[in-house]
Amino acid sequence: MTTYFNEMYDGDTVRGPYARLGDWTASMPADKRLAKQAEAEALFRRIGITFAVYGEGGDPDRLIPFDMFPRVFTNSEWAKLERGIKQRARALNAFLVDVYGRGEIVRAGRIPANLVYQNEAYERAVSGFVPPKGVYSHIVGVDIVRTGPTDFYVLEDNCRTPSGVSYMLESREMMMRMFPALFRENRIAPIDHYPEVLRRTLASVAPAKCDRDPTVVILTPGHFNSAYYEHSFLADLMGVELVEGADLFVEGEFVYMRTTEGPKRVDVIYRRIDDAFIDPLCFRPDSMLGVPGLMDVYRSGGVSICSAPGAGVADDKAVYTYVPEMVRFYLGEEPILNNVPTWKCANADDLGHVLSNLGELVVKEVHGSGGYGMLVGPKSTKAQIEEFRALILADPGNYIAQPTLALSTTPTFVEEGIAPRHVDLRPYCLVGERIELVPGGLTRVALREGSLVVNSSQGGGVKDTWVLAE
Amino acid sequence: MLSRTADNLYWIARYMERAETSARLLEVGARISLLPSASGYRNDWDSLLRASGNASGYMAKYGVAEQHLIESFLFFDRDNPNSVASCITAARESGRIVRTALTTQVWDALNTAFQELRQIEAQPRETQELSRLTDWVMRHAAMVRGAIDATLLRNDGYNFLNIGYYLERADATARLMDVKYYVLLPRADYVGSGLDNDQWSMLLRALSAHRAFHWAYGGEITAAKIAHFLILNPQCPRALITCVAGMHNHLGRLAKLYGRATPAQDAVSALLAGLEAQTPETIFDEGLHEFLSRFIREAAGLGAIIHDSYLSGDML
Repeated sequence: MTTYFNEMYDGDTVRGPYARLGDWTASMPADKRLAKQAEAEALFRRIGITFAVYGEGGDPDRLIPFDMFPRVFTNSEWAKLERGIKQRARALNAFLVDVYGRGEIVRAGRIPANLVYQNEAYERAVSGFVPPKGVYSHIVGVDIVRTGPTDFYVLEDNCRTPSGVSYMLESREMMMRMFPALFRENRIAPIDHYPEVLRRTLASVAPAKCDRDPTVVILTPGHFNSAYYEHSFLADLMGVELVEGADLFVEGEFVYMRTTEGPKRVDVIYRRIDDAFIDPLCFRPDSMLGVPGLMDVYRSGGVSICSAPGAGVADDKAVYTYVPEMVRFYLGEEPILNNVPTWKCANADDLGHVLSNLGELVVKEVHGSGGYGMLVGPKSTKAQIEEFRALILADPGNYIAQPTLALSTTPTFVEEGIAPRHVDLRPYCLVGERIELVPGGLTRVALREGSLVVNSSQGGGVKDTWVLAE
Repeated sequence: MLSRTADNLYWIARYMERAETSARLLEVGARISLLPSASGYRNDWDSLLRASGNASGYMAKYGVAEQHLIESFLFFDRDNPNSVASCITAARESGRIVRTALTTQVWDALNTAFQELRQIEAQPRETQELSRLTDWVMRHAAMVRGAIDATLLRNDGYNFLNIGYYLERADATARLMDVKYYVLLPRADYVGSGLDNDQWSMLLRALSAHRAFHWAYGGEITAAKIAHFLILNPQCPRALITCVAGMHNHLGRLAKLYGRATPAQDAVSALLAGLEAQTPETIFDEGLHEFLSRFIREAAGLGAIIHDSYLSGDML
């Protein structure tokens, strides 16, 4: 029987950061709690913060479940996380500049060449190009889990376009609106400057040819995208235009958007579409989403694209295992945050270990995301395990395996009252001229009892995440 | 402002106004059906379908004009792009696309209407009274309109919203009048009869202008007075001239704001000057139906020019 670290309770004792939440829960009998929950849901629906799940059909305006019980970090816990996350973001960007340049880390034999250059996410189209300020990944979402008082592990990095920051901001707004007293009693570090920091970060990487206050836009695939709410939310809070591919066009050396006053030049594009859809001339000719000719303008310094095309090679799950090496290689430091031990099925030795321990391991696809295409050994039936064994044997390079981590729990409101549920954490590290991190992140919670999968597409919810001020 | 944003704002306004028009038609239809009428209510419902601009769509689907089918068609039917449900859904979707160009209050008004619509749709039809449904539409249309007026910046987005409202409203008023004239008065001997007055008075109700008309004119309802009120009187909020003057104002503001005029300003000036030169006599000389058909055509032409000048994003 695995014991899980409970972030609020040490036996019967309430841990420091949660000290003031005991009274709060005592003051909330079931009826009041249900009323508050209904209020929160109505508010979320009214502001339209919904998401759609691909391929499921059904309600296109599904709400992501919101749990009112906050998750709390002390200042010193956060300080360590912050240092670790920023260190990782620096190393990942150094890696990207390197592998699209001289490839020193590969030459030094610290990472296998085929893992980098044969990688699906490696974009030949940008090889030799150094984006402004040497930044490829401007928003690094680092997924972190906790297994003990001081034990944090990075589960994966998201270097392309990590989503969910709108839930972080809206969850906080919701809590402040519904429980103002909590914020008077606890000294909770604010996070509402995130959009301003993001705007500053994006403006700081304006291209060489931009000689004025840069015009920043967000590029969305459109209103049918499941994260459209987030795109429009961020555009609104940053005060920038939310554009679709068809709103942009290339003329000469620059990119313009179509406005009611005629063409207006665009300097920085925060894109929320995949590399493959950026420019049909460069990538997928069948794409209706992109802007023909955009990549030429990008490579000649007429526009910046955030995150830079090609950034995905750093957040591949097989490359992930080398991030501690990147920290040592580029920064000459020891990693502050640990990786989860990972077996790469591409290695014959690792493969043997994985296949004989499938019942204890979590197996993931190298390119998978959203909690799809994975096996959680201890929670699976024999048949499911055998099915996966066949998949792995058919294409070992496509899989990695990790031990089933004893994810920490925090108290969560459930039907019967309050019960521990497993959580993870995604902070959003912003990289431009400076590296910045607002104190907090998105806490995702697995609402099903015993479940370790926190993805919203798999029944996960979100919580407000507090970092207590000194 | 992005051309696509302007286009969506313009369509939010048009769809909300169109939802209101469909609701008005329903209300009038329900009232007509309570009246004893020589020709029976069938023709009246038929005329309302024509006014809604989608009689062919209805006939293709149902074949016969029956009250409950028409009610369902005008309110609930998603196959009818002009139904209340279609319009409110489309307005809200346009709002979602340009969420950043709207205030929280405007979005809230659009989204609340949509969320309540879904609740209405989930209830059994037979329990829903038509008058409550039409009241509901009027209330939400007014809430969206009020939120726009009370909270939105007076910028170009506000101008595009207003242009959409006025263009849609001008079109609806012209169509309603045309249907009354053309369909309900096919025979010369009805003109000036009691039935004629009933029908005209119904038209005023459809435009929520029944009491306003009496305040403005008093006395007998005559065709000339009604034509004046609904076409030429700038006091009437739904008069053609009011709508065209409104577009003229907002297009003028756009020209000033952007520091350049487009063919749209010329077109709206010409349309306004044409109306200002009219009197009820000249309109009846031309023939009311001919006049209205020409207006509907010219208004559609203005809409196309506005599209090319601002909304398509293709001008350089």
